[in-house]
Amino acid sequence: MSTFDLAEAVLLGILIVTAVAITRARSLFVAAMLGGLFSLVTASLFVLLDAVDVALTEAAVGAGISTVLFITALALTNSREATTPRRRVIPAGLVAVLATAGLVYASFDLPGVGDPDSPVQTHPITDTYLRESQEDLHVPNTVTGVLASYRGYDTLGEVVVIFTAGIGVLLLMLGPRRPADEVKDRAYLQTEYRVLRVVSKTLMPFILLFALYVLLHGEYSPGGGFQAGVIFGAGFILYTLMFGLAAVQRVLPMRTLVVLVAVGVLIYAGVGVATMALGGGFLDYNEFNPGNPSGGQVAGILLIEVGVGVTVAAVMVAMFYSLVRRGVRR
Amino acid sequence: MTALDVASGVLLLAGSLFAVTGGIGLLRFPDFYTRTHAAGLMDAAGAVLILLGLLLLAPDLGSGVRLLLIAAFLLVTGPTATHALAHAARNDGVRVWAEREDKKR
Repeated sequence: MSTFDLAEAVLLGILIVTAVAITRARSLFVAAMLGGLFSLVTASLFVLLDAVDVALTEAAVGAGISTVLFITALALTNSREATTPRRRVIPAGLVAVLATAGLVYASFDLPGVGDPDSPVQTHPITDTYLRESQEDLHVPNTVTGVLASYRGYDTLGEVVVIFTAGIGVLLLMLGPRRPADEVKDRAYLQTEYRVLRVVSKTLMPFILLFALYVLLHGEYSPGGGFQAGVIFGAGFILYTLMFGLAAVQRVLPMRTLVVLVAVGVLIYAGVGVATMALGGGFLDYNEFNPGNPSGGQVAGILLIEVGVGVTVAAVMVAMFYSLVRRGVRR
Repeated sequence: MTALDVASGVLLLAGSLFAVTGGIGLLRFPDFYTRTHAAGLMDAAGAVLILLGLLLLAPDLGSGVRLLLIAAFLLVTGPTATHALAHAARNDGVRVWAEREDKKR
């Protein structure tokens, strides 16, 4: 048993224990925190499997933002799980067991980790992506190259999905604001946590700088628009948690955010329209610099990554704002 | 084996020791505050010592700088998180453990 297998087995073990603990937890706050742990362990597993781009996303979205969003949402609802009536436990358990059995049975068909004969390794497209992308795009991080250039249409679709989801949440949640006395209550709490406020204020520029690094360096190292957008959003969410909605809205009002949600998608689709206007196909970045196609590719990828980052960050922060505005239900 | 290897080994071992004792403390300490203290040791002392041990083995400047940055980040955020936990518990009215109480129960 190699060290790799051992590390993987330990992490999978923690994953299973966490999953069972989530189902056992009656307090939904506990379940939300355990959900964050689950994501963090998953991210570690992705790192072990050399999928660093996915790991970065999982750590930022799963362990970071979703946990905060869950807890903020729980402040609006009942934080205890309702007990399931006994007569529903048995059929539900049966469904769960059958579904698990089906998945386990299907997993026998999956190739082993690192199996050289698996379709992923033998299919010619893998070689095309790994070798030719270096000549076509000159983007060292193949993941970024594939996502942003070869599969630019899919990524545009994903951004539109995030845009739609964000708009949906905003439509549902933008209700009445919190009463004034609760705002005062919160201001009192904030003077309590002086250490937290100083530290988060000090870290804020570094978080935003790191987000920009992840965005602009995504062609060379793990990262890209999605991850950068989430980290950027996390910075603003941290600031809101510490200093309140009023303070952060002076920098980034809700109205601007709603516009930014659309601006990101517009940048992305605009790049496609621009390449068409230049005489190429939709999202054919070569047109940006016909003399030096790979230079055009780098420019195009960077532009659409900015678009992705803007939409993702704006959706994350806007969802958080819309939850916080509803106040706390005690 | 150079002096650098030895120094790095000592740091790694010390870091692991802090991590293990922190883990034991997390399980064995009697109340929330002492457990928070044990958990705080793990990320402040344990992780930072391990990172410093790795720093001595860093193959190039880039990795070294990254390790230093991570260590600095952990040194700032770890104790802050511990403080926040303890502070929130205090605000919430979690009692501090005292031996007398424990015996009564």
